[in-house]
Amino acid sequence: MSTLTPSFAGVASSNATLRAFLQGLPGVDRVGADQRAAMLATRSIKTTAKAQAIDLAISMVDLTTLEGADTAGKVRAMCAKAVQPDPGDPSVPKVAAVCVYPDMVAGAVQAVGRSGVRVASVATAFPSGRSSLDVKVTDTAFAVAAGADEIDMVIDRGAFLSGDYRKVFEEIVAIKAACAREGGPSGNGTAKSGNGAAKKGSPAKGDAHLKVILETGELATYDNVRRASWLAMLAGADFIKTSTGKVSPAATLPVTLVMLEAVRDFRAQTGRMVGVKPAGGIRTTKDAVKYLVLVNETAGPDWLDPEWFRLGASSVLNDLLMQRQKMATGRYAGPDYFTLD
Amino acid sequence: MFEYAPAPESRDIVDIRPSYGLFINGEWVDSLGDERDKTVNPASEEVLAEFTLASEADVDRAVSAARKAYESVWGQLPGRERAKYLFRIARIIQERSRELAVLESLDNGKPIRESRDVDLPLVAAHFFYYAGWADKLEHAGLGADPRALGVAAQVIPWNFPLLMLAWKIAPALACGNTVVLKPAETTPLTALAFAEICRQADLPPGVVNIVTGAGATGQALVGHPDVDKVAFTGSTEVGRMIARSVAGTRKKVTLELGGKAANIVFDDAALDQAVEGIVNGIFFNQGHVCCAGSRLLVQESIETELLDALKRRLSTLRLGDPLDKNTDIGAINSAAQLAKIRSLTEAGEQEGAERWSPSCPIPDKGYWFPPTLFTGVAQSHRIAREEIFGPVLSVLTFRTPAEAVEKANNSPYGLSAGVWTEKGSRILWMADKLRAGVVWANTFNRFDPTSPFGGYKESGYGREGGRHGLEAYLDV
Repeated sequence: MSTLTPSFAGVASSNATLRAFLQGLPGVDRVGADQRAAMLATRSIKTTAKAQAIDLAISMVDLTTLEGADTAGKVRAMCAKAVQPDPGDPSVPKVAAVCVYPDMVAGAVQAVGRSGVRVASVATAFPSGRSSLDVKVTDTAFAVAAGADEIDMVIDRGAFLSGDYRKVFEEIVAIKAACAREGGPSGNGTAKSGNGAAKKGSPAKGDAHLKVILETGELATYDNVRRASWLAMLAGADFIKTSTGKVSPAATLPVTLVMLEAVRDFRAQTGRMVGVKPAGGIRTTKDAVKYLVLVNETAGPDWLDPEWFRLGASSVLNDLLMQRQKMATGRYAGPDYFTLD
Repeated sequence: MFEYAPAPESRDIVDIRPSYGLFINGEWVDSLGDERDKTVNPASEEVLAEFTLASEADVDRAVSAARKAYESVWGQLPGRERAKYLFRIARIIQERSRELAVLESLDNGKPIRESRDVDLPLVAAHFFYYAGWADKLEHAGLGADPRALGVAAQVIPWNFPLLMLAWKIAPALACGNTVVLKPAETTPLTALAFAEICRQADLPPGVVNIVTGAGATGQALVGHPDVDKVAFTGSTEVGRMIARSVAGTRKKVTLELGGKAANIVFDDAALDQAVEGIVNGIFFNQGHVCCAGSRLLVQESIETELLDALKRRLSTLRLGDPLDKNTDIGAINSAAQLAKIRSLTEAGEQEGAERWSPSCPIPDKGYWFPPTLFTGVAQSHRIAREEIFGPVLSVLTFRTPAEAVEKANNSPYGLSAGVWTEKGSRILWMADKLRAGVVWANTFNRFDPTSPFGGYKESGYGREGGRHGLEAYLDV
């Protein structure tokens, strides 16, 4: 399966053509990109614009817990918070999604119910991506079968950095196929048996959306970030995501800038819109607002929507809630007034 | 849609007096004449203050004060003592930088983001940098014991009022000269605030004198017989007059004049950053920059792609209140400058170039000009030859590197140039061929006190900044 538009039909036919295409993309000048991101970070978002930005940011959060120590209870608690971030104030929007490990998907699907909060699952031997394609596909299929609406896969950075773009491309295509559901637009029934119990939570779901994690902290250059973005989009990614959150640096403004330029250019050339998700290291309202400004002035306002832009984070939500309350009441409540999960 | 709410910097921090005298011999004095003028906020046409148009007699007083200070105090001080004053001034500027930034934006019309993030940090950096040189002049490669010249007459423009003051005063004082400085008649306020800073720093009286005024005051100052050094930044036309008036005298002269810089983009350039560089090259400070990249030379194979990207980017520029922290394009400094920009852009249309501006609301009051792009420009068009000094970019194309060089150099000016390519060897080759004082590679309009700045051809002579900038103020 491939979602390539006709203009890029031959690009992925071999590693040589893919390589020629990706290395032929315009370069990124690091100094210039850093400078542009720093300039946009000086935008001053106040009063009504700030209120609007806070609500938009809350609605874009992928509330995440990805720890070995995660428990079913912790996931349930997080889901409750995702659906209603501030129980004392029903005007607070729900977040976009919760993001969990595959074995927590079924519980999360149940917990969010029909609230509209999506369930995203990391897959493909997250976070390192070091396993066989079979294992990655099975990992994905398991999460999809359990009812995940979105799959956050990691690319094989080793293959990418060694120049084996075709391998990365094929893996994304394979995972995309595993995101399909029976009855979905291009479902091919990859779901394995044995997940029946989880399946019943998602009777009417379409294909899971695929977010491709580039792990930009390991890609070393902005040129590579641009190439990996295009590679993922060519292979059918619905979203491109900066980081797993397990590698430092995680999301940065300039890296997100480069990715936003990529989705902007990709739409101009193919007509298809791809979402962007910076993840990791976004902790404060100020950080979140900087990302919104970046989206607004790079890809444009079309992307200022939870369908097309997400913030992968967890701690930022409480700061957003605190700032929201401060704007409404003029006073800061202490951190104890906001639940930790 | 994500609309940014107004985020104005408070102007309460500045204290503008209704009327200013002259700063001579460490004191505020009234003019011996009675000519005065008003300085307005170009964004609102509101009068900010009244100031003095110094007469010839006033200039004479200022020059004598500077002479006396040179002979009795400043010329005698060891370099390390002069450095102390300069370091002190630099620190006071940093401490008062918010106030000075607001004052600069009010009087000049430039966005607070630029006065706050570019002008003021550079002003302080220049004083710090030259403070460091004051006790090391014998190691500057300009002889074993270089001596100061004496009294420097300095005339500065309105585009970077305080920064140009710093470029002039910092090296002059570091080298042991005393100065009489005339700020531009549309932007005298930060220079007058600097006079207060000199007092705050306990600078000995007469070392820095500020005389406000227009052309006549400037003429009196550079023509004064007791001046040893003339430094001018401004138009080539006035520069010529100054060169004529000092010809045959002992006065040492540096002139930093106009420009019509080529910003050259090759097909292998980092496109998004090149677009940023083009924007920063010509729309920084509303294009009121002598080294502005006002001619875009783009390799023909990427013309369409680059222009599309550039137009998209220009549509995001935010024009309006200079004190709003989100403003990208502020006001044109004066009605006269606005008229000049209008007349040149009209000439551009008449000569057959195609004009484009993003849709951008223009405030009712004040002097404004939208960011403007001309395509289909020929080398012979006035908009490709004359300095517009406004937010107007002329786009030309080239096919080969040799053609780019030829077009870039085919100008009476030679102040700066920009080269955008991912190929390092081509940058070096271009830099070697371009007849321009500054060649930026993959960036534009970047300044640093350690780097010399100055022109070829009719862009002037002498260098300011860096070690080279010392030479202009020393007898070598």
